[in-house]
Amino acid sequence: MELVIKNLHAKIDNKEILKGVDLTIHTGEMHAIMGPNGTGKSTLSAVIMGNPKYIVTEGSITLDGEDLLSMSVDERSRKGIFLAMQYPNEITGITNSDFIKAAMQARLGENEHVSLFKFIKEMDKAVKDLKMNPDLPHRYINEGFSGGEKKRNEILQMKMLKPHFAILDEIDSGLDVDALKIVGENINGMQSDNFASLIITHYQRLLDYIDVSNVHIMVNGKIVKSGGKELITKVDNEGYDWIKVELGIVDESTNKKEAIILGSCAVNKGAK
Amino acid sequence: MKKNNEIDAIVGEYQYGFKTDVKNVVDTGKGLNEDVVRAISKYKNEPEWMLDFRIKAFNKFISMPLPSFGPDLSFLNFDDYTYYIKSTKGVEKDWNDVPGAIKDTFDKLGIPEAEKKFLAGVSTQFESEVVYHNTIKELEELGVIFCDTDTALKNYPDLVKQYFGKVVPYTDNKFAALNSCVWSGGSFIYVPKGVKVEKPLQSYFRINSKQMGQFERTLIIVDEGASVHYVEGCTAPIYSEDSLHAAIVEIYVKEGGYCRYSTVQNWSNNIVNLVTKRAYCEKNATMEWIDGNVGSMVNMKYPACILAGEGAKGTTISIAFASKGQYQDTGAKMIHLAPNTSSTIISKSICRGGGKVNYRGTVKHGKEAYNARSHVECDTIILDDISSSDTIPFNFVQNQKARIEHEATVSKVSEEQLFYLMSRGIKANDALQMIVMGFIEPFARELPMEYAVELNQLIKLEMTGAIG
Repeated sequence: MELVIKNLHAKIDNKEILKGVDLTIHTGEMHAIMGPNGTGKSTLSAVIMGNPKYIVTEGSITLDGEDLLSMSVDERSRKGIFLAMQYPNEITGITNSDFIKAAMQARLGENEHVSLFKFIKEMDKAVKDLKMNPDLPHRYINEGFSGGEKKRNEILQMKMLKPHFAILDEIDSGLDVDALKIVGENINGMQSDNFASLIITHYQRLLDYIDVSNVHIMVNGKIVKSGGKELITKVDNEGYDWIKVELGIVDESTNKKEAIILGSCAVNKGAK
Repeated sequence: MKKNNEIDAIVGEYQYGFKTDVKNVVDTGKGLNEDVVRAISKYKNEPEWMLDFRIKAFNKFISMPLPSFGPDLSFLNFDDYTYYIKSTKGVEKDWNDVPGAIKDTFDKLGIPEAEKKFLAGVSTQFESEVVYHNTIKELEELGVIFCDTDTALKNYPDLVKQYFGKVVPYTDNKFAALNSCVWSGGSFIYVPKGVKVEKPLQSYFRINSKQMGQFERTLIIVDEGASVHYVEGCTAPIYSEDSLHAAIVEIYVKEGGYCRYSTVQNWSNNIVNLVTKRAYCEKNATMEWIDGNVGSMVNMKYPACILAGEGAKGTTISIAFASKGQYQDTGAKMIHLAPNTSSTIISKSICRGGGKVNYRGTVKHGKEAYNARSHVECDTIILDDISSSDTIPFNFVQNQKARIEHEATVSKVSEEQLFYLMSRGIKANDALQMIVMGFIEPFARELPMEYAVELNQLIKLEMTGAIG
């Protein structure tokens, strides 16, 4: 399968974040996107999943030639897109196991049902693989979870739902060294001809455990450089400044300091 | 939206297609006057004191004003209702003639076969009397009395006289007075000292006659150290002319006794439901109200605990769901009159489609209620921009050593939560249902399994077409 992103522009609250992203991912590949804070990595992942907060203004995303952008969020998921979120939601009153079972059921036809026995077996195995607390299936979705537990729960859902394209948005943040290893190994274990991942991260650490095939660097809403694993080492050693210099990029966040004008706070427009 | 229309269509059809043709032996006709009250009492062959009680209540009813709070009830025309009907035999319909859509609705609600036939007017067991008793022989052996209140008045007149109208006097409010003068049916339970009834006792009340007022009267007495769980189910009948329902539930829990009263109320969306529920708790007694309000057009209900004995404990866990054209004004009352009493109120309100849902609660710590503790939690979710909700708590403290905690939240369903569930492949409407079911889970988990399942189905039906 093939996920193709072409000239993607997206905005939130009238601020353009993505400014022409081009990226092609095939199943069987493991991609990583690196880049400084605030360059649009998380926005890209949210837009692929279809978060309604972001508005696509230009460009396209297709899945095996089908227009992904015209699909609802749940449809995208059922087509095989998965997003492990940076800040997973807490939802009270619904257990993790009911939630995951409902998600699996949503992939089946009306007369098909998730086999309970198989489900419990798979869930148990996934919980063990991720070294999570065995009471996890009976707890409410992410409620009272530590940051690390929430992240592991995202990976658990990925393992259960078996997507074709898994986007992992800073799955490594908030994980300690041991958890990082467990999560990394579990992601790596997903590798197959039917699976691709897009791993968004600041750091090299997570990528130590994952056999990455493609690495992209994103700056100011665009992918500015793509390559292989060697890019990871370079970023880790030298940061991102060299790319900006190499490509002549002026960092927008430092360039756009606007003064606060007193008049902008309290203008009595009605009196004029 | 399609399914909503289907349901509306079903509601509409009841009026014409599913009204059982009933021949009544006793019918007091429309309207209420002293003669009607006397006729009811005479027909039931009641003792003199009950007739006196009814007459006094009737006079009080006439002189009392409508409640000064909550929904406007001025549209009620008391002459439009029939206050007593005793039916014999209806003309039975053939189950095969019932359209598929109706059967489907019953299936969706998970209503048992026998119930379905009754609801569709195929079977003709009737209103004004308890139609469904799950009495168990063992109960009788334990000395537990469980029957309808009319029968109790005949068979146990002294016991009824001792407690009847004591916890909820007929002077309490206009609808308590109304019930007191025309009451009929309801459940009577007496649990003797130290007897613990393991299985929940249950009864179903159904409104199944055109403009039939329902004025059932329930009286439960839990003797010292005894315990009982009573389940009142009012689940499905959909009917389409204004109907008035004014019930009274009186509960007396003696020293060390325990009583739980669970209700899942789903009156059809044209019923005005005005119920006075109150429990009197002696020393170390425990009362729990589990109160679910899904249906009715106007609903006013505030289950109360009077914590009269030291160490008495009261709990109310309730939900109210207001959809299109519905006004739910519900809540709880906890009146602490003795030291070391404690109470908990958990209220969950949901509204959509222009419905209005209010929490109205009273917590009072009297002068003697030293070290009394109360915890109140009321949460509301509003599912769209056209529905509304108010939280109206009254807290009174008359001594220096009492503690009341009050937490309230009102929120919209979070876009982020919806996105999260949908990103796992769950459809928008199913995701919303899951969030709502999660929200009322603290209530649902308190219900017996079959009621929890039925509630689940009800909420799903109410939520149909909530998105898109």
